[in-house]
Amino acid sequence: MIRKKREPGVLIAVEGLDGSGKSTQIHLLHEWLYGLRLRVHFTEWNSSSLVRSATRRGKKKQLLTPTTFSLIHATDFADRYERQILPMLRGGYIVLCDRYIFTSFARDAVRGCDPDWVRKLYGFARIPDFTLYFRLPLETALGRILEGRPQLKYFEAGMDLGLSSDIYESFRLFQGRVMDQYEGLAGEFGFTILDATRNVHDQQQVVRSIIGDGIDLSDYRTRVPR
Amino acid sequence: MNTKRCFGSPTPGLDLSRLTGALIVVEGPDSSGRSTHIGLLAEWLEHAGYPVAQIGLKRSRLVGNELELAKQGNVLSPRTMSLFYATDFYDQLENTIVPSLRAGSVVLADRYVFTPMARDVVRGADPDWLASLYSKAIVPDAVFYLQVSDRALVDRTLASHSGLDYWESGMDLGLERDWFGSFIKYQRRVRAEFRKLQDRFGFDVINGNHSLPAVQADLKERVRRVLLALYPDHEIP
Repeated sequence: MIRKKREPGVLIAVEGLDGSGKSTQIHLLHEWLYGLRLRVHFTEWNSSSLVRSATRRGKKKQLLTPTTFSLIHATDFADRYERQILPMLRGGYIVLCDRYIFTSFARDAVRGCDPDWVRKLYGFARIPDFTLYFRLPLETALGRILEGRPQLKYFEAGMDLGLSSDIYESFRLFQGRVMDQYEGLAGEFGFTILDATRNVHDQQQVVRSIIGDGIDLSDYRTRVPR
Repeated sequence: MNTKRCFGSPTPGLDLSRLTGALIVVEGPDSSGRSTHIGLLAEWLEHAGYPVAQIGLKRSRLVGNELELAKQGNVLSPRTMSLFYATDFYDQLENTIVPSLRAGSVVLADRYVFTPMARDVVRGADPDWLASLYSKAIVPDAVFYLQVSDRALVDRTLASHSGLDYWESGMDLGLERDWFGSFIKYQRRVRAEFRKLQDRFGFDVINGNHSLPAVQADLKERVRRVLLALYPDHEIP
């Protein structure tokens, strides 16, 4: 099998539990790279309205099984990947993704899907050049999220797994299992592991130095005047 | 002996040993008479005392509507469409096919995984990726492929729809500007893919060029044999 010609762009993903601070960090990274006048794109997870409406109904009416949960998210991802991520990579952009295929690998495995099947399902997606994994002790992550007693959603809390009839308890158990999956994926896919207990500012310095050292930023200067 | 299996490993939580029904698939292009024959088979089987469940493409509660809309707007990439069809299929597999087979029904499928696979390969999808995608499907007890000549297919389509369908003509592929020419080319390509699938999965090919009653009689005879093999004690009229 001939290896596919690699697109000239750079793919950077952040992964981690809810409450690990990954979204804040990738937002700040985006601000920095944009300020440096680089070709950078933050994927905003705008899926097409058709895929979104099916996903929403499936979740609201609790119609999803582990298999269809996995497939509908793969459909949604494929849409974003082919319309946004891949063209941006072909065009030589630095593409930043808040969560990537590993989120699905972790969640689907917790729901009992065959891990090989899920990996093949996403076989069309490029493995990121950098996957920044924000690792946090489970209790800290849970504390950050559950502090304000938020409205948790059925699937978000893993209620479909029947771990507990209490939604907060279900969320705790579910997050614990997702974390175990992330730990395994970290080795398998060479994640860059970050200690997510650092404060936001210090953490951002670490993130910027990883990216600044890892790629030659001058290759990505924008060619379009801003 | 009625033992079901999947092409690969089953979906989470599925106990194959509890599936006592029969899964019978009819494949074939639009205007091959597929749906008419399935309707007649259903009537006949129910008459003979078999509970029947029917499935088909784009009929899932989960994504059926959205798939229909996507076809009208042509807004999704081929891979997104592949995955959307797969979602539609698995929703029906888990919510209709499996419960019906568990209840001992005869499930008549108006097309199964083979049509989306053939269409997607024609649109450039990797056959191995598709085989893996659909590997959790239950292997049918029989697959009948209604083969109809190009000429008969065009005649029937024009007569019943007063025109050709955009997707069934493969117009999204840009093969030809003229719909008639594109239809012929596209249907040939799909048939070539079906032939490969036939080698791989062993379909029964039915000559769909004969009259409707002749084709129906042929189908009934074959279905009867399938059911006798599954339920040797039954008497089927």
